[in-house]
Amino acid sequence: MAPQVDALYFFLVALTAFFTLLISGLVVYFAIKYRRRSKDEAGVPIHGNLRLEITWTVIPLIIVLFIFGWSAKLFFTMARPPADTLDVYVVGKQWMWKFQHPDGHAEVNELHVPVGTSVKLTMTSQDVIHDVYIPDFRVKADVLPGRYTHMWFKATKPGRYRLFCAEYCGTNHSGMVGWVVVQERAEYQKWLAGGAGTGTMAQTGEKLFKDLSCITCHREDTTGRGPTLIGLYGKAVTLDDGNSVEADEAYLRESIVNPRAKMVSGFQPIMPTFQGLVSEEGLLQLIEYIKSLRTAPSNATGAPAAPAAAPATPEKK
Amino acid sequence: MDTATAPTQTNYINVAHTAKSWLLTRDHKRIALLYLISVSVFFMIGGLFALLIRLELLTPAGDLFEAETYNKVFTMHGVAMVFFFLIPAIPATLGNFLVPLMIGAKDLAFPRINLLSWYVYVLGGLFTLAAVIGGGVDTGWTFYTPYSTAASNTHVILTGLGVFISGFSSILTGFNFIVTIHKMRAPGMTWFRLPLFVWASYATSLIAILGTPVVAIAIVLVALERTLHIGVFDPTLGGDPVLYQHLFWFYSHPAVYVMVLPAMGVISELIAAFTRKEIFGYKFVAFSSLAIAVIGFFVWGHHMYVSSQSAFAGLVFSFLTYLVAVPSAVKVFNWTATLYRGSISYQAPMLYAFGFLGLFLIGGLTGLFLGALGLDVHVHDTYFVVAHFHYVMVGGTIMAYLGGLHYWWPKMTGRLYNEGWAKFAALMIFVGFNLTFFPQFLLGYMGMPRRYHMYPEEWQVLNVLSTAGATILGVGYFIPTIYLLWSLKKGEVAGDNPWGATGLEWQTQSPPVTENFPVTPVVTEPAYAYAHQEKRFA
Ligand code: HEC
Ligand SMILES: [Cu+2]
Ligand SMILES: [Cu+2]
Repeated sequence: MAPQVDALYFFLVALTAFFTLLISGLVVYFAIKYRRRSKDEAGVPIHGNLRLEITWTVIPLIIVLFIFGWSAKLFFTMARPPADTLDVYVVGKQWMWKFQHPDGHAEVNELHVPVGTSVKLTMTSQDVIHDVYIPDFRVKADVLPGRYTHMWFKATKPGRYRLFCAEYCGTNHSGMVGWVVVQERAEYQKWLAGGAGTGTMAQTGEKLFKDLSCITCHREDTTGRGPTLIGLYGKAVTLDDGNSVEADEAYLRESIVNPRAKMVSGFQPIMPTFQGLVSEEGLLQLIEYIKSLRTAPSNATGAPAAPAAAPATPEKK
Repeated sequence: MDTATAPTQTNYINVAHTAKSWLLTRDHKRIALLYLISVSVFFMIGGLFALLIRLELLTPAGDLFEAETYNKVFTMHGVAMVFFFLIPAIPATLGNFLVPLMIGAKDLAFPRINLLSWYVYVLGGLFTLAAVIGGGVDTGWTFYTPYSTAASNTHVILTGLGVFISGFSSILTGFNFIVTIHKMRAPGMTWFRLPLFVWASYATSLIAILGTPVVAIAIVLVALERTLHIGVFDPTLGGDPVLYQHLFWFYSHPAVYVMVLPAMGVISELIAAFTRKEIFGYKFVAFSSLAIAVIGFFVWGHHMYVSSQSAFAGLVFSFLTYLVAVPSAVKVFNWTATLYRGSISYQAPMLYAFGFLGLFLIGGLTGLFLGALGLDVHVHDTYFVVAHFHYVMVGGTIMAYLGGLHYWWPKMTGRLYNEGWAKFAALMIFVGFNLTFFPQFLLGYMGMPRRYHMYPEEWQVLNVLSTAGATILGVGYFIPTIYLLWSLKKGEVAGDNPWGATGLEWQTQSPPVTENFPVTPVVTEPAYAYAHQEKRFA
């Protein structure tokens, strides 16, 4: 993305330079040429000139609309991640960054990604607003408490790139920095292979699902007191007020921390809130788990995510 | 040179000497001086904090202050400068002094309310000062939630209260100006004979009365959430943190125009006076102030492109932002064209006007970078933004304010300042300003985030340059304080119209009498009718 952003940037630099030189050149030229020569001299009265004024209104208008179109097009490519991404989950808190890879790797203030791969970050904050900013990639997005935001990038060269928190978040805001480590594929695989430990995010999520006794109400079949969660992710859910919503990450999160906000049609409001009982990472793990419940029973999931594919939808063995 | 004899006629200053006569005055000119003193105090406080910021940033390590202290310093710099200096500076000092004089009125429509607005301002200022002395506040001048409601343990409420209270002073002044301009124009002073400063003051007043209540409500909600835990912004209480940003910028973007429109008004006056020419395209310049005021209310979302606001909303806000850029650009063209075939003199106020043109131009053009959706993603919340708005607020507003202060100083005080020193200071401010803020554009594009107490070492050189510039700028601002004060006692007596300018304010004596004009003036010609009155300059 950086070259496209820079192209617009340098265009604007040229435009700025042109107008600055033009106007200041004219100002200096007029100031010298029409300097006051005698104490009682007055300027020549000129009312205005409609044609000239219309011209210099329309030309800037065309220029700014051109910039608007160019930058909007760029923005929409930045806002829409490609279909096939490597997903990483980010939790910001005062004053550190926690990264979780679907295969279970967790990192603090350092994010390993393979080169040439589109990486999509799903981000949330545990406390106040933060912002992930990677200047070299020309990307930035606020990280909000109680909500998921997204950002994506594709690194083209291996190396270490700075990552900053760009939204003021209190005392150590300027210490809330880290690195994005971009590695060649092979090297990245090696890094992945080294000690992930506790299992994939979905597996951890499954464990949580049992420990928090979600499983007592949400069964694999329809016999539970709550709806079955199998195949839920990405589907349209009919609510008791007749509306329907897509079961995306934000919806899943809300269903867990604030179950009454959107009631599934045909069910009683018996689900307790889990606000404060599950950490933001835990929520992400639960969501990864629910996402993994495609069709098969839960114990069939857990294959380590293939890095370059979309780990959000782990392939079944 | 006649430096010894003071003006002997009675005027608004020497008419009474007691403290009471000042503190209970209803004369708009005296109230303007009260404002002048109080905004200068806040300018010095804000400036001192700015100096501390620049000192800290001399080194990458963050070794001068603790992180928390640094955060308080930049917060209080912003609060003092924005709410207690930039917003009231031109309207409440120059505007208060000039609006009645320029339209040929005896005073503002509601002199008591005018005095009240000053007391309200002072009260707000005292609350804020109490917060500063009591340990400060660290939220940034933007008070973003949920940091300000749930996390910060500094004096958020006290500061917020100060800002809230001082907001009423803007509302009262704005209301007073609008009624005055509608109802109290001298015979013959039609709308299109009004000096452009009056048009700008009118547009500014509209923004102040429509926008200020919104930010006031936002601050009240922050206070309620902090104290009573009523969930409005904090998601753990069921609130929406981004809602705050909408409320805040709904006011604070238009507030940019509260700071800039009056500055544009001043520049129109200066350029007319020092080219002895009417402003090219008077009507356009007049209406563009109103257009900017109105469209300016619909662009706030350009501060929030990366806040999780929908991409479509970003698109609309970006589009409107570009529309509002056009009238500002055209004003610059009009001022430039006014120079053509003028009779241009380079007296100090005009040097400030030249400085304004250059700096405002860069400030405005770099705004195009920030309005650009795909590019703003990169430069948002970096030093690029810091540089941009200082070019507009400091390069624009303060240049115009100082230019105006110099231009009307003889009218306000009856004395002339030292022209040589004034020119020197103007030059120093221009150089110091550019050295301070130009490197910040580069830092921003390289990715240095704002509000950083420490930064990577590779950015030190540019930061050192910026601090060096700030030192020059600081001295540049200090010099006028000295020679202006000195002129009060020793300055040459100015006479009624030292510049040979048009405008009713120059037709009455300097300093004017309490009710401005011994006989109500009758206006027979448009503003800036220099061609008709050459005889006057002799
Ligand atoms: C006491 C029973 C109960 C428990 C325990 C429970 N739920 Fe629920 N859950 C429900 C019911 C009933 C609904 C449907 C009504 C609603 O929307 O609140 C529901 C809805 C949901 C939904 C939305 C389903 C859809 O089809 O849209 C999700 C997701 C969910 N629960 C996840 C969880 C998770 C994760 C846990 C454990 C942390 C959990 N639930 C624990 C009863 C329960
Ligand atoms: Cu931060
Ligand atoms: Cu704005």
